[in-house]
Amino acid sequence: MTHWIEKNIKWIYTMPAVLFVAVMMVFPVGYTLWLSFHEWDMSNITPPLWVALENYKVLFQDELFLDSIWLTFYFTVAAVFIETVLGILLALIMNQHFIGKGLVKTLFLLPMVATPVAVGLVWILIYEPNIGIANTFLQALGIPPQEWLASPDLVMPSLILIDVWEWTPMIALIVLAGLVSLPKDPYEAAIVDGANKFQTFRHITLPLLKPTIYSAVLLRLIDALKTFDIIYATTQGGPGTSSQTLNIYGYVLGFQYFKIGQASALLMIFFAIVLGLSVLFILLRKKAGVSM
Amino acid sequence: MKKTFKGMKAASGLFATIMGLSAVLAGCGGGGQQAAPQQPAGGEQNAAPAPAKTEQTIRLVAANHPWTEGIKPLLPDFEKETGIKVKVDSYFEDQLTQKTSVEFAANSKSIDVVMFRPLQDGKQYEKNGYFASLNDFVSKEPAITDDIIPSSLGAVKEGDKLYGFPLVTETQVLYYRKDLLEAAGLQPPKTLDELKEQAAKLTDPNAGVYGFVSRGKRSPSVTQFSSFLYSFGGDFMKDGKATLDTPEALQAFEYYGGLLKDYGPPGTLNMSWPEAFGVFTQGKAAFLTDASSLYTNATDPSKSSVADKVGFAPFPAGPAGSKPYNITSWAIGIGANSEKKDAAWEFVKWATSKEVVGKLQATGISGALKSVWDSPEGTASFPKDLTDAIKANSDSAVPYDRPLIVNVGKARDAIGDSVNAAIQGKDVKAALAKSNQEFQAVLDTE
Repeated sequence: MTHWIEKNIKWIYTMPAVLFVAVMMVFPVGYTLWLSFHEWDMSNITPPLWVALENYKVLFQDELFLDSIWLTFYFTVAAVFIETVLGILLALIMNQHFIGKGLVKTLFLLPMVATPVAVGLVWILIYEPNIGIANTFLQALGIPPQEWLASPDLVMPSLILIDVWEWTPMIALIVLAGLVSLPKDPYEAAIVDGANKFQTFRHITLPLLKPTIYSAVLLRLIDALKTFDIIYATTQGGPGTSSQTLNIYGYVLGFQYFKIGQASALLMIFFAIVLGLSVLFILLRKKAGVSM
Repeated sequence: MKKTFKGMKAASGLFATIMGLSAVLAGCGGGGQQAAPQQPAGGEQNAAPAPAKTEQTIRLVAANHPWTEGIKPLLPDFEKETGIKVKVDSYFEDQLTQKTSVEFAANSKSIDVVMFRPLQDGKQYEKNGYFASLNDFVSKEPAITDDIIPSSLGAVKEGDKLYGFPLVTETQVLYYRKDLLEAAGLQPPKTLDELKEQAAKLTDPNAGVYGFVSRGKRSPSVTQFSSFLYSFGGDFMKDGKATLDTPEALQAFEYYGGLLKDYGPPGTLNMSWPEAFGVFTQGKAAFLTDASSLYTNATDPSKSSVADKVGFAPFPAGPAGSKPYNITSWAIGIGANSEKKDAAWEFVKWATSKEVVGKLQATGISGALKSVWDSPEGTASFPKDLTDAIKANSDSAVPYDRPLIVNVGKARDAIGDSVNAAIQGKDVKAALAKSNQEFQAVLDTE
């Protein structure tokens, strides 16, 4: 017995992890794939009906699906871009020495720690067109009040602002950690060479920080693509379908229309998009010669 | 490598929603299992309910609704009477649909009693085999359904199969601000034309008061728009054909959208009932149309700053008369896979008994029993003008507030698109043509 264990020790040690991956990841993905080739409305009486690629065909002819892809990318690109720029700026500021730095850093983390649904509910009140503080603020600046989440044109920017508010600290935090661990010598050399502050940043800080920034962006990218909680808590995809991203549309198809096959097909496409983008991003990073 | 793994892991998180369904595989193998009646064969030997039975606990999955709040304090009585304990899980409407459908589809045995919306989920759930038939139980004591309002009972039947008992009924009434109307020397409007005139007169954005508020959000707006549609002489469908492209429907959509666009507060596109009531109870709107069953939100001083200034009127008449919906909004049924159907039935019987419904109705929850409505105690807690409005409504009411079909969710969204277009002042005719086509596509799959 002990002999057997010793002989197979490498399998035994990895077994729990393998099982976990199989049960929690491979099975659901495989099952979703299987469902995506079927038509099923969650019935206990009528079993799933094989329809081959019909669900995919229907999706690609569905205006709302194509809209939702566009909205997902719009949201992700805009939010992650703004978060990255602001995050780096904030990290640079917080890398300076000033009084109360510890306190500022702690306060900074608060949006990130709050649960997204609670954040959504708070922002609903902020954006409320009649009594919300956002309009009070605008009026103080002499700008006419807006409808924010209730306006088909303004709903996406409003949602992006919430995401930026919540997740910029994360980028700032990762970049700050990168900044702190940068070597000192290149800076001393730069000073000797007479480089000004901007040149030091452009030619030393930024290149050295690249791997850190890449990681932060990749993490945010994947998360932002999948955003569900904030949007569901504030607009449920509305007004109309103006903020119906892929994830929200998947939910609607599955749990409001009972079209499990189509919802699964949508999730498979979504899965491919997220996976594809992640791989692309990793390749880009490798090409840029950044190693982790 | 490490990164790839991370990406995979994060991506697979997408499937969290589907995870809940994974248990279904196991259930699918079993095929369609029948709701085996678990009544003892004889029936006679059980003539006297045996309180000495071992203690049972049943699970009630319910909505966050005044009915649930009302029944909770009464549960100890039920336990004392029958020895059956009731565990209550409650969720918001949409989550309730999601939660219960996933559990039922997974063939879970853990839902004994379920609260559901007959017009929204009823047909889908019944078609999917989620409900136990109540026919066997009722056939033992047929008199039990005699007191139920017939149209309410009809809402929980498919053919001859009875799959639920009605809990809550509601009709659309006009809520208005007595003080504002009085100051302007107006009487509550009797027609939709008068409503529009008065809403125009009372709209004063500078004072932060708008003439009219109601639901404008895509799907939730459809039910509250339905009374307008009927009162203009339109309907959602006729003999399996979508009828949203009729001139009557166009008029109704333009009227409702125009009312919200011209005399409504900003932001109506995102308003379901909590938001619309929010505007009204903050004193920012003169008129509100919504379900009668929600009236305590407007008249409870802890929720409403205009609690003592709210009046009620019957739904105003349109070109085709006053045709508000009058529906059974909530019902309870027994889960098809429940192993405690007898106990669940005891609960259903108790919760819909005259005594319990009477107690609930005394706190403002309108039930579906004729005798309770006829008794003075049944309506004692309701404002007098609300009782009058409900009674006036019942003469000409329509028993549905959304299309009576299986795939209600998709149909509501298709119709809601046109309500949204009307509120935004877009080309309503074009929007309706599209809605009609989408709605017809839904009907074609039924």
